[in-house]
Amino acid sequence: MIAMLIRRLIQAAMVMLVVAFISFSLFQFVGDPINNMVGQEASQQDRAELRERLGLNDPIPVQFIRFVGNALKGEFGISYRMARPVSEVIAERLPATLELALVSGVLAISLGIGLGVYTALRRDGWLSHFIMSSSLIGVSLPTFLIGILLIYLFSVELQWLPSFGRGETVQITQNWSTGLLTVSGWKSLILPAITLGLFQLTLLMRLVRAEMLEVLRTDYIKFARARGIKQRSIHFHHALKNTLLPVITIAGLQLGSIIAFAIITETVFQWPGVGLLFINAIRFVDIPFMSAYLLLIALVFVVINLIVDLLYFAVDPRLRVTKRSASR
Amino acid sequence: MTDTTSLSAPPTDASIWRRIVDSDLFYDFSRRPIIILSALLTLVIILAAAFAPWIAPHTPFDPSSLNLMDGFTPPMEPNAFTGNVYWMGTDSQGRDIFSAILYGARISLLVGFAAVAFAAILGITLGLIAGYKGGLVDTIIMRIADVQLSFPAILVALLIFGITKSLIPNEMQEQAAIYVLILSIGLSDWVQYARTVRSSTLAEKNKEYVQAARLFGVSSFRILARHILPNVMGPVLVIGTIGLALAIILESTLSFLGVGVPATQPSLGTLIRVGNEFLFSGEWWITLFPGITLLILALSVNLLGDWLRDALNPRLR
Repeated sequence: MIAMLIRRLIQAAMVMLVVAFISFSLFQFVGDPINNMVGQEASQQDRAELRERLGLNDPIPVQFIRFVGNALKGEFGISYRMARPVSEVIAERLPATLELALVSGVLAISLGIGLGVYTALRRDGWLSHFIMSSSLIGVSLPTFLIGILLIYLFSVELQWLPSFGRGETVQITQNWSTGLLTVSGWKSLILPAITLGLFQLTLLMRLVRAEMLEVLRTDYIKFARARGIKQRSIHFHHALKNTLLPVITIAGLQLGSIIAFAIITETVFQWPGVGLLFINAIRFVDIPFMSAYLLLIALVFVVINLIVDLLYFAVDPRLRVTKRSASR
Repeated sequence: MTDTTSLSAPPTDASIWRRIVDSDLFYDFSRRPIIILSALLTLVIILAAAFAPWIAPHTPFDPSSLNLMDGFTPPMEPNAFTGNVYWMGTDSQGRDIFSAILYGARISLLVGFAAVAFAAILGITLGLIAGYKGGLVDTIIMRIADVQLSFPAILVALLIFGITKSLIPNEMQEQAAIYVLILSIGLSDWVQYARTVRSSTLAEKNKEYVQAARLFGVSSFRILARHILPNVMGPVLVIGTIGLALAIILESTLSFLGVGVPATQPSLGTLIRVGNEFLFSGEWWITLFPGITLLILALSVNLLGDWLRDALNPRLR
């Protein structure tokens, strides 16, 4: 177990180093940082001085180590576009994105598992058929189109829900403002959360359904039925538990995608999160912001992957044996 | 997978047609109405896009042919000033939506096909090399693939797009946008091909025909290109079909986010983005019709890809 943990940690650190190197190269190869910092009128001598002071004349490995050191301290320099420290801007916008991702994640997991179990148990019901066929559209529909259709239906035609922004927010700490404490905050959250979570919802639902159908065919379920155990107990204690293993993996990996797809949802709904900033950073080639965002997302993904691996290990006792014997 | 009869005597057209109709694949196809419908819809959209200049009633991106008086005409209703009827309506500048969709689908499909071709060529080449050479080369290629696979394609594509764009001088960006888009979508999607081709190559490279070729002193390049490649192409076709749907969706998403093709050559995604601004004032047709076209295209190609995967290669399921 410990050996596995250490190996996975080293792997994670390697991935982060590779991503850090890509981020670092952005500074090196894309544009001249000095040009981006000083105005047109700066003299050749000023430029050389600044270059020396910022350490841009040092050998590349030295600069890379310095970059990693700064990144570990959370310093990513100053955004070209906003002229403020990147870490500050991200810290300010991150709560909005996390809130959105959290709510849609919970929505996707609870509804996905619930509907998956339902369609597996009543596989020939008309409602199950309806859910299954509409889920196919959910998988093929691009995220932004879902958002537009929802806005058209609920904001323009019915005028029930707001179509952009976060509504009223409450400041909890200096950097953390939440929309989860106000009615208008929740109202503004509904459409973006559905938009963001729908793909994951349908994916999880189809997965749970397939796994449930598989498990319900096995001998131990038949045996449990023969023993006269209540249907409810068979379905939820015996069957559902055993379908959760692949579901955890997919759900974990999808959590990462939710954060990535938040870029699209935030653009459609003008949700003031980090994703919206990232799109603007790409349009304006704001290198410090791009590289910080890249590192942040990579960190999220690496941590999620790590947790999923460990969870897998904790949930399935068989893995502990096979992994040890098959370890490289 | 390669048919030996076709090598000795090239079949005539009639016999190719017979072989298609007699195949298991066609039998399976003929029994699935939804798949037939998907194939027809895909074909109709591809043909309509390909022949857009001949089919489209207007040339939507020639400013001289536009009449501002025609702006915001609702579908199937005569315009209040000019009396012209457009069956999908017009946008703010009096552009016929139906024609714009035909031209837009043309760009979407063009980028989609080109990106898939690029991803496939890159992935197949790297997969062949990784599988055949093994060792350090294999490790490096597959590690890069692993790292890339842990990030969603949209993120990779956005990043590559951002970097490439910043390397191109401002005045060339308009023309280069489509190529940059193809490059970034292609680079975000090669891993699938590389992994599949690599694992097939690992299986193929120890078979007798490869060993025989090696004994004859055939060069590695020739062995890979002439002997192994044809035998690993089956799964690639399936991945390519599903990849096409993904590429079209990715292209439209990037264009919708405003980082894809410029508004002077709009794809379906760009049309949806532009139309989105008018959604609130009630001009729903400007964004909804391109959206529905995109939905039908993506859904049909997806269904076709899924069917092809199940029909050709049950073990990929």
